[in-house]
Amino acid sequence: MRDTKGFKIYRAVVLAVLGLFVLVPLYVMVTSSMKPLSDVQGAFTWWPSNLTLDPFVDMWRTVPLARYFVNSTIVSVAATAFSVAIAILAAFAVSRFRFRGRTVFSTTVLSTQMFPGVLFLLPLFLIFVNINNSTGVQLVGTRLGLIITYLTFSLPFSIWMLAGYFDSIPRELDEAALVDGCGPMGALWRVVLPAARPGVIAVAIYSFMTAWGEVLFASVMTTEANRTLSVGLRQYSTQTNVYWNQIMAAALVVSIPVVIGFLLAQRHFVAGVTAGAVK
Amino acid sequence: MSVATHETPVTAGATPRPKKKRGPDRRPGLSRSLPYLLLAPAVLLELLIHIIPMLVGIWMSFVKLTKFFIANWSAAPWAGFDNYKVAVDINNAVGEGLLKSFGVTIIFSAVTLALSWALGMAAAVALQPAFKGRSIVRTLFLVPYALPAYAGILTWNFMLQRDTGAVNHVLVDNLGLTSDRPFWLIGGNALISLITVAVWKLWTFAFLTLMAGLQSIPNDVYEAASVDGAGLVRQWRHITLPSLRPVNLVLVLVLFLWTFSDFNTPYVLFGTAQPPAGDLITFHIYNASFLTWNFGSGAAMSVLLLIFLMIVTGAYLLVTGRRSRRA
Repeated sequence: MRDTKGFKIYRAVVLAVLGLFVLVPLYVMVTSSMKPLSDVQGAFTWWPSNLTLDPFVDMWRTVPLARYFVNSTIVSVAATAFSVAIAILAAFAVSRFRFRGRTVFSTTVLSTQMFPGVLFLLPLFLIFVNINNSTGVQLVGTRLGLIITYLTFSLPFSIWMLAGYFDSIPRELDEAALVDGCGPMGALWRVVLPAARPGVIAVAIYSFMTAWGEVLFASVMTTEANRTLSVGLRQYSTQTNVYWNQIMAAALVVSIPVVIGFLLAQRHFVAGVTAGAVK
Repeated sequence: MSVATHETPVTAGATPRPKKKRGPDRRPGLSRSLPYLLLAPAVLLELLIHIIPMLVGIWMSFVKLTKFFIANWSAAPWAGFDNYKVAVDINNAVGEGLLKSFGVTIIFSAVTLALSWALGMAAAVALQPAFKGRSIVRTLFLVPYALPAYAGILTWNFMLQRDTGAVNHVLVDNLGLTSDRPFWLIGGNALISLITVAVWKLWTFAFLTLMAGLQSIPNDVYEAASVDGAGLVRQWRHITLPSLRPVNLVLVLVLFLWTFSDFNTPYVLFGTAQPPAGDLITFHIYNASFLTWNFGSGAAMSVLLLIFLMIVTGAYLLVTGRRSRRA
């Protein structure tokens, strides 16, 4: 049908323009990460004067990148694990039970996703400071505070997406499990969860990306001890030299895990996002 | 299919999914408390991180919460509407700064939203019919979305440097458009830079969403239309656009809310040296709060921002809801 010449020209133009728009920054990131320092301090060049992998070695020394890496990994993995587990339970309740407050819960939780982060930032900071003063539990400047915050950030969307997934699984399946003597939790564990695996994977990747890339709260809630990559990468520009080659190398390295994870699961992700439309 | 159009295949939709009729639960005794137990962890966290802070934020906006009271909030004196009066008084520096930032944010949000949507739509339509290499292109287009926000923005920061960046290298050295190298991260060009970087990241989200929405349109509809002699533009206007309406309704709202409260882009792009032309409102509130440690004033500005977003969202839902009822 749309094999017309007009459409083909349109497609070629769109792909060329958007392809360049997407690719040029990625190209700059990758090639600049392999340039010697003199290259990124002078006029820009499209190709390194001599190709070097030194930035990937030096970047660990200029700033304590390894520590930021460990912090980001612990925070993101923990936030993802808790977020997914809690979202599964909540989504199961929303999808499989009728109870008072169900609509209120869904609407309230979803609407919190809509509010700008800065709205919660000051009060949350204040609450954390005062919790510390009254109970001694340190939440500002610790990984624990970040984990609690980030896992809650990804909860609303995760619950919404998983509930959609669970809805698409026939209730007859868990009823069969109930007849076989499983409790409701057994039905969730043995029947619903295996069938909803793509949704769970998508939600896990979403949660991880949320925690790994968060900047606003990290900039306030972290000190040198629990600094994550999102703010740690700024430390390169506070040095006497701005090591753009090392910044690009670090940006590349911290991106690779999430980009690969996302691209591998992109089908699940798109399917999860459209769960409502296809059921 | 008719059910599908009521659903909103967009992330973080504002509309709760329609409920299905469900049979009565077989085990009433257990199922009465079980759903609440299942929800308890989520409710507790939502309360701690979202609901209570929001209420505390409203309280904060009515007290003089300066740096002396941050660790001892109960001693902060009541301020009434003083924080709000200062924030909206355009004759003093605080109010004037907030108003300017609000104006910049409106321009930023409108332009970023329009461009992101248009590019996302253009790409989604171009990739709708299958062709060799389509999945590679789709994967490539999703990379800016998958990248951690700060990694992409840092790269743009490097590209937009005046003397060492790729942008000026192309504009000045390769194309020779201007003789003197423009600044991109300070001065009036900062807003253009901000929009470019935000669009680079956001258009792929619009693309992802619209692409998912296009999958629900059956091919025969287009075939029938082209047999009837409808050209590509008419097919887009009369088939694609109406079919995507439920997707677009939520997508536009989400893009608006995201762009209006964008913090990452200005923060990573400009650092602490914020140019007035790139002073987005979230960034402005952040700086106003943490430079002076006057949380009361920052909270009042946040509440004003919330009220504005709620009014716009409410009006949007009202208008679009009324229009779809008429249709």
